[in-house]
Amino acid sequence: MPGNTLAENTLGSDDIILSATGIDKVFPGAKALNKVNFQLARGEVHALLGENGAGKSTLVKCITGAYRRDGGRLVLDGADIDPRDTFEAQRLGIGTVYQEVNLLPNLTVAENLFLGRQPKRFGLVDSREMNRRAETLLAGYDLDIDVKAELSNCSVAVQQVVAIARAVDLSGKVLILDEPTASLDAHEVEMLFGIVRRLKAQGLGIVFITHFLEQVYAICDRITVLRNGQLVGTREAAALPRRELIAMMLGRELGDEIKAVARTEAAEGPVRYRFTGFGRKGHIEPFDLEVRKGEVVGIAGLLGSGRTETAEILFGAEKADSGTAEIDGKPAELNSPRAAIRHRFGFCPEDRKIDGIVGDLSVRENIALALQARRGWARPIPRAEQDRLADQYIKALDIRTTDREKPIRLLSGGNQQKAILARWLATNPEFLILDEPTRGIDVGAHAEIIRLIENLCEQGMSLIVISSELDELVAYSRRVIVLRDRAHVSELVGDAVTTDHIVEAIAAGEKQGAA
Amino acid sequence: MNALKPHLIRLAPQFAVLVAVVLLISLAFPDFLKLQIQNGRVYGSLVDVLNRGAPVALLAIGMTIVIATRGIDLSVGAVMAICGAVAAASITSGHSLVYTLALALSVGLLCGLWNGILVAVLDIQPIIATLVLMVAGRGIAQLITEGAILTFNDPGLIFIGSGSFLGLPMPVIIWVVFGIAVTLLVRRTALGMLVEALGINRRASTLSGVSTGVLLIAAYVLSGLCAAIAGIIAAADIRGADANNAGLWLELDAILAVVVGGNSLLGGRFSIAASLLGALIIQSINTGILLSGFPPEFNLIIKAAIIVLILVVQSPRIRDLATWFGRSDSAEAAVKQEAK
Repeated sequence: MPGNTLAENTLGSDDIILSATGIDKVFPGAKALNKVNFQLARGEVHALLGENGAGKSTLVKCITGAYRRDGGRLVLDGADIDPRDTFEAQRLGIGTVYQEVNLLPNLTVAENLFLGRQPKRFGLVDSREMNRRAETLLAGYDLDIDVKAELSNCSVAVQQVVAIARAVDLSGKVLILDEPTASLDAHEVEMLFGIVRRLKAQGLGIVFITHFLEQVYAICDRITVLRNGQLVGTREAAALPRRELIAMMLGRELGDEIKAVARTEAAEGPVRYRFTGFGRKGHIEPFDLEVRKGEVVGIAGLLGSGRTETAEILFGAEKADSGTAEIDGKPAELNSPRAAIRHRFGFCPEDRKIDGIVGDLSVRENIALALQARRGWARPIPRAEQDRLADQYIKALDIRTTDREKPIRLLSGGNQQKAILARWLATNPEFLILDEPTRGIDVGAHAEIIRLIENLCEQGMSLIVISSELDELVAYSRRVIVLRDRAHVSELVGDAVTTDHIVEAIAAGEKQGAA
Repeated sequence: MNALKPHLIRLAPQFAVLVAVVLLISLAFPDFLKLQIQNGRVYGSLVDVLNRGAPVALLAIGMTIVIATRGIDLSVGAVMAICGAVAAASITSGHSLVYTLALALSVGLLCGLWNGILVAVLDIQPIIATLVLMVAGRGIAQLITEGAILTFNDPGLIFIGSGSFLGLPMPVIIWVVFGIAVTLLVRRTALGMLVEALGINRRASTLSGVSTGVLLIAAYVLSGLCAAIAGIIAAADIRGADANNAGLWLELDAILAVVVGGNSLLGGRFSIAASLLGALIIQSINTGILLSGFPPEFNLIIKAAIIVLILVVQSPRIRDLATWFGRSDSAEAAVKQEAK
């Protein structure tokens, strides 16, 4: 590969802490990694990028021992290693922190830090010593929390830091961060980056996997891009323009990542869906909402502002305890997902692992599920029809899977998301609620999903899209509702829909809240 | 038959174990495989296995569905006792056979409904919810029989336990027909897929519009119905209702049959046929041990040892090892594919 030599030459071999050369990994029927090289230097933050299914996770798993590689060499600190499992990798010096914190929420912070190696006294756990050590350890991370508190009482960001502290304390040579920022807000990300910079200064080699390109440029020194299990190249971040990076990831020019399309002036037709005083105590304050045919209404707000709660109440996943819903002027009961689906509603939830996919069922069955549920159990969709549906959407949405009978849990996140979308599109919905449709998915799928949203809206579907990516929201929404503290605080229409205005509306609310 | 292939692959391990167990027994007792026809009826140890295995096989049908929903039904043994007692009480107080059967079956359905409501509506953990009826059920059965063994002489009811049809004992006919009927019901409709979806991810299924509550209740109702049929057969077999011993510990055998059938206790994918093979494996072991003439004290231990062996062979670790050994071919195939 021509791209990867430049960066390597600038580093002496002494600086390399982890070197993977010619890594192969074969799964039945697919070659997941093909002779991939990856060099990690001491004191660098190295981004590992690629589309879903490019082989990032597989490479990381081969390095951490979660998978056994089928070929190639792993050299850590000058010595060949062959970790059989993640514990061995940890002992050797490679620690990993995942997006979903893999600690025990019902234990205290200190217990989590020292789990499996608690200081003992007379054969019993010496809690006082353990808490003292935990405090010392966390002091190094500028984290002043009660180490005796249960981990579940801490914010996700703090839990992440605890996980990092544990991993660094256990391993101390290489730290792999697998999408650590996916569920953090901007402030928390900054805090996390402070810690990453400090660890970097201590000489750790840090691998950073993320889908947020801004974050890559904010913190990474070098970037390695994989595509379809092959190394595309390793480059200095400072010398790699964003456009070029995206081209490397996609293997094609994309124009602009998100084309700021001229907002389709939604038909000024009559209002199809009218919610009046809709709300539920403890979830979302009563709100009014009108949606026209072919209109995209965006919902913006900070984490915890009531975005998901709005979606759930519209779909009947949570029952409204006040207000009324009208569809085409007729009152409609929306007290369960089934009732909403009868009115041709669809809902792609934010947390697709918990609320979306049925992991062990095949891609085909996952796509057919909502349609089958609406038809009722006595009228099964004939197998041939299911196959046709699945093939149609696998093709239309470019769902990457070896075949339609593969259990959906084996697909990467973005492809799972597309399959859930397919599940709803198969029901011919007229009102589709998308909660963070582009979260945690790669650039390519990102652009495809946005294109899809625009297409659906042109076909006359009404959409509610919740997203924390404001550029995106602005690109396709004709109206944006801004939420704060579980209430609808502002509505922007037409030309007023800009990122600045949305941020202003959220901030204005913040000020009000402070007063 | 291409459509059948995945099913045959799924059933292969259970089938192999069953054949192995039967062969082992017949090595020691060649008479085990012998079948003879007298008065138009087939006799032999194999028929005996099918016949004695009827209650567990019936329970396993309902248990498979309940376990597929990620639940468990501990009450089936007690429900057998209740329904046996109801049938005996009804027939001895002079009601017709049809009325008696209808009554006993409806009581089973009611018991299932009770379990289902506790689980689906009140959201109680299945193991606790059904423990209630497991404990209370035997008490209810004792109340019905007033503490005694309630015997009866009605030829119609007795026929269900010891009669024969097409040369086979009635219990065998009943469980085979019922097993096929339930399999067709869940596989020819969408019920099977919806139950699997519910068992794997209840929340995602609800959000997709699946009536998860109704399905859950239906699973427990089916289990109650299976227990009622098993209870009637058990009572008819001994011509009396024994509230203390009818169906005792059979819930555990039923769960074991489902597990030996390779169904996961974590719910999801299920196979009724595999559970039925599991029930037959357990019954063959029971019969084999009885034939062997070992002191009865050893029976349970031998049975446990054989079952541990079966579970070890089916365990994920061993399966992983098997795929690991089988892996090289597929890996090479993949590489070859790549080369093209």
